Amino acid sequence: MISLNVNGKNYRVDVSDDTPLLWVIRDYLKLTGTKFGCGIGECGACTVHIDGKAERSCVIPVKEAQGRKIRTIEGLPQNHPVKKAWIEEQVVQCGYCQPGIMMQVAALLSESPKPNAGKIINAMDNVICRCGTHVRIKRGIRTAVQIAGKGGKQS
Amino acid sequence: MTTSISRRAFLKGSLGATGLTIAVSMTPFGSRLLNASGKEEALSGFKPNIWFEITPDNRVAITVGASEMGQGVHTALAMIIADELEADWKQIKVAHGPAAKEFKNPILNDQLTVASASVRGFYEPLRKAGAAGRAMLVKAAAESWKVPESECKAVLGTVKHEKSNRSLTYGQLCQKAAKLQIPQNPPLKKESEFRYIGKPMRRVDIPEKVMGAAKFGLDVTIPNMEFAVFSRPPAYGAKPISFDQKAAEGVKGVHKIVPGPQGIAVCAESLNAALKGRDALNVKWDKGTHPQLNNDFAEKSLIGDLEKPGAKVIEIGDPKKALGEAKKKIEATYFVPFIAHATMEPMNCTAYVRDGRCDVWVSTQGQLTAQALASQISGVPPEKVQIHTTFLGCGLGRRAAPDFVVDAVLVSKEVGKPVKVVWTREEDIKYDAFRAAMSHRIVGGIDDQGRLIGWYHKVVSGSIMKDIDPAGIQGGVDFMSLWGLADFPGSPDNNRIMYDIPNFYVELLLSDLPIPVSPWRSIQNGPNAFVIESFVDELAQAAGKDPLEFRLQHLKTNWRAARVLETVAKKADWGKPIPKGQGRGIAQHCCFGTYVAQVVDLSVNEKDGSVKVNRVVAAVDCGPVVNPNTVKAQIEGAVTIALSSALKEEVMFSNGGVKSANFDDYKIIRMNEIPEIEVHIVESKESMGGIGEPGVPPTAPAVGNAIFNATGARIRRIPFTPERVLAAIKGKKA
Repeated sequence: MISLNVNGKNYRVDVSDDTPLLWVIRDYLKLTGTKFGCGIGECGACTVHIDGKAERSCVIPVKEAQGRKIRTIEGLPQNHPVKKAWIEEQVVQCGYCQPGIMMQVAALLSESPKPNAGKIINAMDNVICRCGTHVRIKRGIRTAVQIAGKGGKQS
Repeated sequence: MTTSISRRAFLKGSLGATGLTIAVSMTPFGSRLLNASGKEEALSGFKPNIWFEITPDNRVAITVGASEMGQGVHTALAMIIADELEADWKQIKVAHGPAAKEFKNPILNDQLTVASASVRGFYEPLRKAGAAGRAMLVKAAAESWKVPESECKAVLGTVKHEKSNRSLTYGQLCQKAAKLQIPQNPPLKKESEFRYIGKPMRRVDIPEKVMGAAKFGLDVTIPNMEFAVFSRPPAYGAKPISFDQKAAEGVKGVHKIVPGPQGIAVCAESLNAALKGRDALNVKWDKGTHPQLNNDFAEKSLIGDLEKPGAKVIEIGDPKKALGEAKKKIEATYFVPFIAHATMEPMNCTAYVRDGRCDVWVSTQGQLTAQALASQISGVPPEKVQIHTTFLGCGLGRRAAPDFVVDAVLVSKEVGKPVKVVWTREEDIKYDAFRAAMSHRIVGGIDDQGRLIGWYHKVVSGSIMKDIDPAGIQGGVDFMSLWGLADFPGSPDNNRIMYDIPNFYVELLLSDLPIPVSPWRSIQNGPNAFVIESFVDELAQAAGKDPLEFRLQHLKTNWRAARVLETVAKKADWGKPIPKGQGRGIAQHCCFGTYVAQVVDLSVNEKDGSVKVNRVVAAVDCGPVVNPNTVKAQIEGAVTIALSSALKEEVMFSNGGVKSANFDDYKIIRMNEIPEIEVHIVESKESMGGIGEPGVPPTAPAVGNAIFNATGARIRRIPFTPERVLAAIKGKKA
């Protein structure tokens, strides 16, 4: 049995220790907002927060996530600056890669009390979007930084 | 809120009460409007198919037969209906519809979301359907109040009678309206009366996608569902020699091994168990049919085939004579490699075959094909096969193929349970049907005035139609290979080279390489435009003319192409000087009825050959625009994926199969490699074109032309990798 804390809720799941965290989140906890893209940590679609940091859940064995605070896209508040910005800028096309990308942006946003959009954009080279929303992701980041600066919720 | 649910659930979900239901039936003779209100056959027999329903709770539920893959089709089609219906946008709900021939796109005669055809195909029928609903609601109100219809007016989901200051909502009127006869030719709005069409509307599917709530194919979960993965042949045509079934069955959680023609499936209680079972299966394969196949072999074969005779596609004037008399003659060979779709959601499908029925949950671009194949494999009649379309994690043409549906139906039939077949990223890339690699040889001739007088063009390409509809190949010609170059009888989307060329010849030879190919965003318009627009630059250079001026000189009979070029040139400061080490390139192309021109500004590092794109400006004429927000997004996306293909992408082969496997060895363009992309929509009253694909073709040639402009090196093969660019610069100096 593995114990997990996801989005503030405690879960116990009967899976082998080496099961990637991603499959546990998706197939056992049924939180399917976190996506499978590559399975090798190259694309970022599976990004979740572990103790506040953006991590690739497809390459983390579930055992390593025990006792740590996990947050998925479903646990990011609806009024979070990144979610608001993504709607405001109409960033999304197919939307498959976006939860992971948004989780990475949200983590970077919370790392600094005075987030810098350019710095965040420069840290986004390790994610992939195939629809080609790159220019709007950048706009989304700038807008999210602005919203956050105006006192938007950043937790 | 957009989800895919069965029609019955869809209607039941609307508080159980039905109101006014308007159906549009696509027939070979055009669209027919039907009042499907309260018709039981509309609920169970899937015909006539409903397009929208107004319910007493004052909601307008719109069912879309086209697949939402990020192109915004749910929003665009809903905008068309809502506008003519004069509905309040807040009333609108959109969902995917089932597989049904009534959802056939009139342009394609199939329920297929391909060829940038949804909005232009459904624009007129859906306007009529919306207008018919509005007319019936107005009539219902007039009858209620016993006043002339002419005194009643529909405004934002209500009908108003100003004289008596009365109004009724659509919800209040829908059941009365449902009893009226539907008008076949209702009066349409004037353009000036449009409320939504032409305005930048927010996409209906974005909020749930941002919240992580949207369901894609891979997110489907059915009670008692099993997971299956396939062990597939490592080389084309390879057959299994042996496999360790016992070992695989011994893995905890593995339930069944199911061999099939496409590979051997391992079915298990979890994905992790299925993947472990597949490892344990340890399949030994033979060498397949083409063990010598690798990139070198494929490229030599495609270029070598240029020496063999092909099928004559078109001959205008006397190209031989014209080229013989040309003042200047240029000859060039171009090559475009295989590239992968690599949609972010890997291929997958969930199926449940039991008790004479079959349910399929899938992110597909082709519901009727999926239904037909699921029926064939399951033995269940098509009307008992229900296709539940989910959101698509990108499509790019890949999801029009039904191979993943075959996988899931086959395994579910064997195990008698719901089964989700998941393709790993490695499978998604290795078992893709790629954008066809092509080789081209062109000879162009210029007279003493610098005019293009002759063009001879030979093409070698794998055939896309071979796997889709072999009967579509006529006299050795697969028209899809030629889109953008030469039109051909029977091609549903004819689009030939845009330039005025008095003497023109095109020949095609279909390659016999075993590598499967299929449509990839813009189909072969992409590779063909790269070749044509690069070569036109070469001709301009030979004629001593500016690339823009040379193009315009040969577009006298094609003012729409000329206009997008002139627009983009102005917006991108064409003709103004650029710093040393930088280059500016231009290109245009028309496909799916839409004209796009682009200018690319870039820098080339002459030491390491790396290319940095600094700016892309695009001008687009797609005729009347439904949603400018989506038009811009689609051009931005098209330019981005086209930059990826131009700068980075090439599938690698070895030992008779695909070597590329995942995003670590199949590189896709990243965030910091994409500059700002400016999109300028040219106001146009011409016929409506598509928008999902036409942004792709001009990008690669504009990049190549800009590299030439910066370095003087002409590169006739993509991708423009640093090694290739460096070699070209050195070759020029040597």
